[in-house]
Amino acid sequence: MRLRNEEERYAAALITPSMIVVFGVIIVPIVTTLVYSFVNINPLSSHRGEFAGFGFYIKTLSSRAFWDDLGRTLHFTIASTAIETFFGLLIALLLNQKFPGVGLLRSIIIIPWAIPTVVNGSLWKLMLNGEYGVINALLERFHLISSYQSWLGNPKTAMMCIVIADSWKMTPLAVIFFLAALQGIDQTVYEAARVDGANPFQSFLAITLPALKPTIMVIVVMRTVEKFKAFDIFYLMTRGGPANSTKTLMYDTYLQAFTNLNYSDAATYAYLIALAVALMTLVYIRLMKRGDNI
Amino acid sequence: MKRTLAFALVLLLMLSLCAVPVFAEGVTLNALFMKQAGYSEDDVTAMTQAFTESTGIQVNPTFVAYEELAPKILTSAASGGYDVILGDCIWPAQFAKAGIVLDVTDRVNALDLDDIYQGALDATKYEGKYYGMPWLNDVKYMFVNMELLKKAGVEAAPATWEELIADAKLCKEQGICEYPIVGCYAQAECLVCDYTCVAGAFGGAFVDENNNPTLNSAENVAALDAMAQALKDGLCNPKSLEMIEDDVLSTFAAGNAVFAINWTYQFAAMNDEAQSSVVGQGAITPIPGTEKAQSATVNGGMPLMITAGCKHVDEAWDYMLFLASKEMQAKYCANALPIWKSLYTDPQVIETAGEEVVAASQIQFDFIVNRPMVPYYSELSTSMQTEIQLVLLGQKTAQEALDALQAVALELADR
Amino acid sequence: MRRSISSRRRRTMALQMFFGLLVAIVVLGPVVWMFLTSVMRPVDLTAKPLRLIPQDITFDRFRQIFASASASDPAYVFRIALKNSFLIAVSVTVLSLVVGTLSAYAFAHLRFRGKNALMLLILFTYMLPPVAMIIPLYRIYNQLGWLDKRWPLVILYLSFIVPFIIWVMQDFFGSISRSFEEAAQVDGATRLQTLLYIFLPIARPGAIATGILAFLMSWDEFFYSLIFTSSLASKTMPVAIAEFNGKFTIDYGMISVAGILGSLIPVLITVVFQKYIVLGMTAGGVKE
Repeated sequence: MRLRNEEERYAAALITPSMIVVFGVIIVPIVTTLVYSFVNINPLSSHRGEFAGFGFYIKTLSSRAFWDDLGRTLHFTIASTAIETFFGLLIALLLNQKFPGVGLLRSIIIIPWAIPTVVNGSLWKLMLNGEYGVINALLERFHLISSYQSWLGNPKTAMMCIVIADSWKMTPLAVIFFLAALQGIDQTVYEAARVDGANPFQSFLAITLPALKPTIMVIVVMRTVEKFKAFDIFYLMTRGGPANSTKTLMYDTYLQAFTNLNYSDAATYAYLIALAVALMTLVYIRLMKRGDNI
Repeated sequence: MKRTLAFALVLLLMLSLCAVPVFAEGVTLNALFMKQAGYSEDDVTAMTQAFTESTGIQVNPTFVAYEELAPKILTSAASGGYDVILGDCIWPAQFAKAGIVLDVTDRVNALDLDDIYQGALDATKYEGKYYGMPWLNDVKYMFVNMELLKKAGVEAAPATWEELIADAKLCKEQGICEYPIVGCYAQAECLVCDYTCVAGAFGGAFVDENNNPTLNSAENVAALDAMAQALKDGLCNPKSLEMIEDDVLSTFAAGNAVFAINWTYQFAAMNDEAQSSVVGQGAITPIPGTEKAQSATVNGGMPLMITAGCKHVDEAWDYMLFLASKEMQAKYCANALPIWKSLYTDPQVIETAGEEVVAASQIQFDFIVNRPMVPYYSELSTSMQTEIQLVLLGQKTAQEALDALQAVALELADR
Repeated sequence: MRRSISSRRRRTMALQMFFGLLVAIVVLGPVVWMFLTSVMRPVDLTAKPLRLIPQDITFDRFRQIFASASASDPAYVFRIALKNSFLIAVSVTVLSLVVGTLSAYAFAHLRFRGKNALMLLILFTYMLPPVAMIIPLYRIYNQLGWLDKRWPLVILYLSFIVPFIIWVMQDFFGSISRSFEEAAQVDGATRLQTLLYIFLPIARPGAIATGILAFLMSWDEFFYSLIFTSSLASKTMPVAIAEFNGKFTIDYGMISVAGILGSLIPVLITVVFQKYIVLGMTAGGVKE
């Protein structure tokens, strides 16, 4: 018991600085925002100042707009997380090999990740431009399209464009994490597998994939949280358009707060977003744990 | 010795402490502006310097991009970060209802109101009271590439919507331009601005004189139908749905459009060799009308307002008046037209602002339409952008969309 | 026999190089276009049909960034903002790594009551979107006189980067065998010594990867900075880049220049530290 106490004291000492920097500044806004979601503080409302109970949650959850937003948010989150994880792993496997130019490739793979989001959004918007975008010019030159297309002005393609733009920038992050994890795998295990007659694909399934599981987990959860909260790229590229086809929960939260002045609605959205993300994270963790048992 | 030194130090410290309030006695205002071409940061800084020199009042101007104005104003509103703010003309009603800006009716009434354009003045009004001082004056115009139009055998810019469509057809049929008309129909405020012009030209309005919504009026439906039809017929560029003002300008400047509706700034930009290949080809003209209205344009002005948290209201008002004074507006009219009617006869203003711009403005200013000056406008606008786009994409009829919008507006007005 | 192995090896290598080239094209394509945009004249940029190889190029925009001395010129603002961003990002990275690593170790290897609940609480703060919290936050910062200063921004960034570091690093620590700790304790090392001399060196590649990530999260942050900075004293790079957008205009050329310059520092940092990420982990016995 004494040892336990000593261990706890030691843990407390190690954790306290983090607690101060994490909660020191934002604990008040976190609580205030929670209060806002229960009390009407919308400056334009005639019910301003009144206690609303779960009124805002009921209103939000029963509105069609919220569920449409959620669907689009999930579309973006799942598509881009899947692309980043899949291609991140493939590229990392490639870069983990030895072939001429691999060193250079390992260096340049970082570049998209280093480009500021503000620039990335504008860059893709420029390249996808329907009048003078380079992507249209290239596709036309190679006869893949007959005339210039409006990629960002078409509700069917706009979200796909944002997924591509965002994945292009963020896949390198997954590559780096996978590469670091691949380096940690004991090479002698591969030797042993080869002696036992396993082909590369078999040893990938039996050795590499299990070893990468924690990393996959980190990347999937991390990217899910970030994607769900993604704002800048939508703000820069489409502003929720065309015809709301890229309006996500996060963008709607922004509109509620800074265009419509519905602060209480925005606070409600914020907590629902956090809850949804937390839920998704828990589901991931459960799935991963179950996978371990098998 | 040591003691004297300590005493001297304490004395010095006390003196310096006393000295602080002496400096603080002079009033310092915090003002929020926008980074832009008309009244550039240099212009505003120069005006501010002149103001400080003549009054002794210090001003700290902050400049942010247009998109960042609203978040900046709203986050600081509760705690009083800025005294004077520049706002879009669609905000005063919202800000007034939210209690963010001060009522300045008495001060505005003391001005020579007959000399200020009514449209600019109206944009600061909510429930009969003024909440700001008009400053930046801007409306939309029709820009016509006369060279391309002449190739189609037409000599004069269209004066009516019918002529516009007929001219566009000629240009398209003769292969002069694939998509003669271009608009900024992206999901953004610019779409509502364009629709306001067209609806106005068809004799429509979004609210009646008592600010009751009239979105689904027959005129509004006809106007939206006309916009959708132009797209459907390939007369209007289908890429308009991803365009904001700047894309319209660059399409026009690349010679890929004959007709464009845009703000005053396009005139200078399309005649700038660095960014335009149609220098000297474009004309600035009033937006075409119908038999119901000779023309119509949308107010895009920006008024100055005093925040509710301002502690030096008199000084703030003096500063606003100074910025909007005839003297300053005449001096800095190269990229922004004055709000004062009397300045438009001043030969120097005409020369600086450009003869063609002034001439077009003298007609266009008589047909200014304000977007609804109601507190819920911004929220209504986000719905309008979506519904109008659905019509332009052919997924809804104009009647359906505008009926839906009317319901939204009624609900918002009732809140 | 030997020949066939080497020819198969050669074939594999050719295949690898082919895919490597493909990756390089996808990665570099947009970067090349960004560079071309930065040196093309505005007229050529919007010309249709587009010329893929510009005829005349201009480095005026770069010159403007480096030569401009007017405080109202976005180019000058950008230069100062780069410095602000760098100072903020370095501070955030160092502080968050120190603070976060200690906690991550505690979460991964120590037993204490309420551990899971605390971890969830920390993660939950990371999940809350900033848009909704910014208004109360602004009020606090205004009362404290923390607006438009660099270090309050550091504090703010730490509040969402530290949770992230704790979470990622505890995973790295978790994968390190406990036997190291036991062995060290048998040798008479204190807990702190074990952490400093045993765990940290093994976790270094992870720490460096996480540190780079923290740097980029801070370097890239836009929304908080937008609201809490207003002058050259603290304005950061992404906010300065956003100022190349006018009310109706987007200056793609300048945004590209800013993009190139804004990416240089992170690229250099990653290239330098990448060696540690890739070579750092010694094989064998590190992981369970």
